[in-house]
Amino acid sequence: MKRLFIANRGEIAVRIVQAAKGLGLTTIQAHSQADADMLAVRLADEAVCIGPPPAAKSYLDIEAVVGAARAASADAVHPGYGFLAENGDFADAVTAAGMAFVGPSGDTIRMLGDKVTARRTAQAAGVPTVPGSDGRLADIDAARAVLEETGFPVMIKASAGGGGRGIRVARDQAEFERVFAQAAAEAKAAFGDGGLYVEKLVERARHVEVQILGDGENFIHCFERECSLQRRRQKVWEEAPAAGLPADLRQALCDSAVALARQVGYRGAGTVEYLYDESAQAFYFLEVNTRIQVEHPVTEMITGIDLVQEMLRIAAGERLSIRQEDVTVTGHAIECRINAEMPEKNFMPFPGTVSALSVPQGEGVRFDTMLYQGYTVPPYYDSLLGKLIVHGPDRATALERLRAALDALQIDGQPTTVALHAALARQDDVIANRFDTAFLESWLASDEAKSALTTKEKA
Amino acid sequence: MAKAEIRSPLPGTFYRRPAPDQPEFKADGADVAEGDTIGLVEVMKSFHEVPAEVSGKAITFLVEDAEPVTAGQVIAEVEA
Repeated sequence: MKRLFIANRGEIAVRIVQAAKGLGLTTIQAHSQADADMLAVRLADEAVCIGPPPAAKSYLDIEAVVGAARAASADAVHPGYGFLAENGDFADAVTAAGMAFVGPSGDTIRMLGDKVTARRTAQAAGVPTVPGSDGRLADIDAARAVLEETGFPVMIKASAGGGGRGIRVARDQAEFERVFAQAAAEAKAAFGDGGLYVEKLVERARHVEVQILGDGENFIHCFERECSLQRRRQKVWEEAPAAGLPADLRQALCDSAVALARQVGYRGAGTVEYLYDESAQAFYFLEVNTRIQVEHPVTEMITGIDLVQEMLRIAAGERLSIRQEDVTVTGHAIECRINAEMPEKNFMPFPGTVSALSVPQGEGVRFDTMLYQGYTVPPYYDSLLGKLIVHGPDRATALERLRAALDALQIDGQPTTVALHAALARQDDVIANRFDTAFLESWLASDEAKSALTTKEKA
Repeated sequence: MAKAEIRSPLPGTFYRRPAPDQPEFKADGADVAEGDTIGLVEVMKSFHEVPAEVSGKAITFLVEDAEPVTAGQVIAEVEA
């Protein structure tokens, strides 16, 4: 592998260009007409325009991307995240054109991308899944039998429902008996189909995920990340490791991710996502992401592994150079996603022009970004501008460094979510590691959040 | 007759219809009441309504459907 084509944009394209240069590869950066002046284009050895600004006509156009990569004599394609990164047909098209795809095979991507197949694959590998009826229930007797496995509370869902419609919750047996009959009648009336299924309701769940690496024969994990601080199901703040996760559970969690990787002969970097029920000390499989993730830097900070370079080595056909016993955790890392949004205006996105940029330089501080002074952020793509990552010997020190780094980070001319993170880094529950996936949205509705986000005080 | 301007509150792509298969929020020449939605601006994968800050008659659009706009750009004029 000598010439790498980067089929993505923004901060991850910058990250990939730098990782590839570190391995001595020639970098060819794809860009849309709206991205000709982006940072990754400036840093790459070569750049190719692949189409007009709308992503559907550029970064999501398989023919345009593969055609441009071939024309540029690339021998490998890195898809980044988002866009075509988890499109099995794209992986196949890259391979069929005689280039290496930096990621797993199209078949693996399709298998893990399908919710039902992924759940079955996880079960076959011995990974715990959320207990429930595997499919619709024949009658209330069948439902009662499932309760032995799920316990309470349970969700009763209409088979024909979706997007939260037709879901009822029962907290004990009496309520279950009452609600089940109602739910069946309602489902019949609403959807013309009274089919129901039952699933354990995991309350106050945290989101944890395990980083995996595989070369098709050898599989390792790089420990876990904690990503519960989310808004509208988008991660906002991520940490590694998951503070407060007991050692035996951490071992079981990470082992289960490796078992799943082995089950499918995984090749590349991936992430196995879980729901973690802290009170029951149980974890359940959610899904697998078959690509590099936005929050990969927190794992790199605690393990010292360059995940993007590992992906490139694996795609070049090398064996995994790291053994499981070589992967150790040092300290604690936190990442804040800096978005082009106005927290005080309900997170309205607003692309602007960066008139001044000052990046903190302290110990343990890393800033992965697409920004430079004078850059005008295009309105066509997502709002992620960069990620501020801090590392410290422990979580308290990491938080202290984070507060200092956020205060020192100056981005003028472009609204950002820095004020949100500065407030979170000083919030009592965040400091005490007392939060789940519902925390951030309920905190944002509180008076505490409103005053923190409107005053914008700089201590 | 005095003209009143309706400006985009944010940069992005301007759309005159709520969805491609639906009618325009306001036809050319329609009357507009303050607060009426005259279009959408798509920015960073999210959609935001553009409200008329004034009432007026006979709206004229200065921006085509699906064209880029900047923050503060005049999208339409009405006769006030």
